[in-house]
Amino acid sequence: MAVRLTLTVNGKPVSAEIEPRLLLVDFIRDHLRLTGTHIGCDTAQCGACTIHLNGNAVKCCNMLALQAQGANVLTIEGLARADGTMHPMQAAFRDHHGLQCGYCTPGMVMSALDLVKRHPDPSEEQIRAELDGNLCRCTGYHNIVKAVQAGAKA
Amino acid sequence: MHEFNYHKAGTVAEAASRLAASPEARLLAGGQTLIAAMKMRLAAPSDLIDLAGVAELKGIKVDGGQVTIGAMTTHAEVAASQDVVRAIPALALLAGSIGDRMVRNMGTLGGSVANNDPAADYPAAVVGLGATITTNKRKVAADGFFTGMYQTALEDGEILTSIAFPIPKRAGYMKFKNPASRYAMVGVFVTETAGGVRVAVTGAGPCVFRVAGMEQALAKSFAPAAAAGVKVPADGLNADIHATAEYRAHLVSVMAGRAVEQALGK
Repeated sequence: MAVRLTLTVNGKPVSAEIEPRLLLVDFIRDHLRLTGTHIGCDTAQCGACTIHLNGNAVKCCNMLALQAQGANVLTIEGLARADGTMHPMQAAFRDHHGLQCGYCTPGMVMSALDLVKRHPDPSEEQIRAELDGNLCRCTGYHNIVKAVQAGAKA
Repeated sequence: MHEFNYHKAGTVAEAASRLAASPEARLLAGGQTLIAAMKMRLAAPSDLIDLAGVAELKGIKVDGGQVTIGAMTTHAEVAASQDVVRAIPALALLAGSIGDRMVRNMGTLGGSVANNDPAADYPAAVVGLGATITTNKRKVAADGFFTGMYQTALEDGEILTSIAFPIPKRAGYMKFKNPASRYAMVGVFVTETAGGVRVAVTGAGPCVFRVAGMEQALAKSFAPAAAAGVKVPADGLNADIHATAEYRAHLVSVMAGRAVEQALGK
């Protein structure tokens, strides 16, 4: 039985008839075609699917689209300015080489923004602890920590 | 994931009547365990009743020597609550150590306690602090609530609404995390109150349990060595690829000592 889902994604109102079992990540990727939000492990461990739900970072592979009913969702596509200028946190990841293959990067950036909101000037230790829900198999995290520190200051 | 019917409840009474209407219905709290279980088809409820819109299930209040937390309050909210940090800092620390940031933004107290995963953190706090669980039908003392692996005293159709944690003289919680899942391989919650000492262990056995020998030792001398000096038998403890039962038994004493250190502010 299809149900009406209405929410705001990256500042734009969105509405669709969906099956209750549709995951939020599949709604974002397959229905809205916002494929910057990645599916890594599909078991809520790797954090590649991290988005903001009403301002809080969540793993959208582990929730129903209907759990975002009426909510304000922000994905990686919602960060850059209309003219394509990257968000300072995105720019910091580029400048500090905080990525190699890039698969974990959208989730890393979304988690980093949630972190910086609560810790405007995070220490290395805080960054490493707070990003424990985001896995990167390339970088060894070192440049990610540098990027987040620089992004927080930007 | 199998198909199901979705309902969003506005009140506890509405959720209860929906729950009574279908024997295979399940409540949806934050969904951090249930959605994952449904994706793997380990759970296939006919109906999901989403509690996220039930305002009466949310919030934290400190009153009459206890901290009362609504079932739908998230781990992140408990961890960040200045009321909880002031009244029972160990409880805020515990909530802030569950899973990761994203899980804590969705997962709830009620969901965790009603699920009673053997390695969940909250059952240690509920038993360790001697909390009282309130449902839509009655109040249940912590010592009688957790009845076995994934089993609780909750009956069919019963909804956990809030938990009242008495404010102790001091308390501490230490866990040895599984580095991948962040679940407790062993977690020990130690509490000193005017009425005595309570020691509750999660992760080590099929269900949270108290350690009478440690409670007695700590009642005589509330010191890390007193807790760490009490050995726990490995019989009946969990064993898996991460740790043997003997290793977990050893960790109980070590974590108990560290929990006492934390309670003492060392």
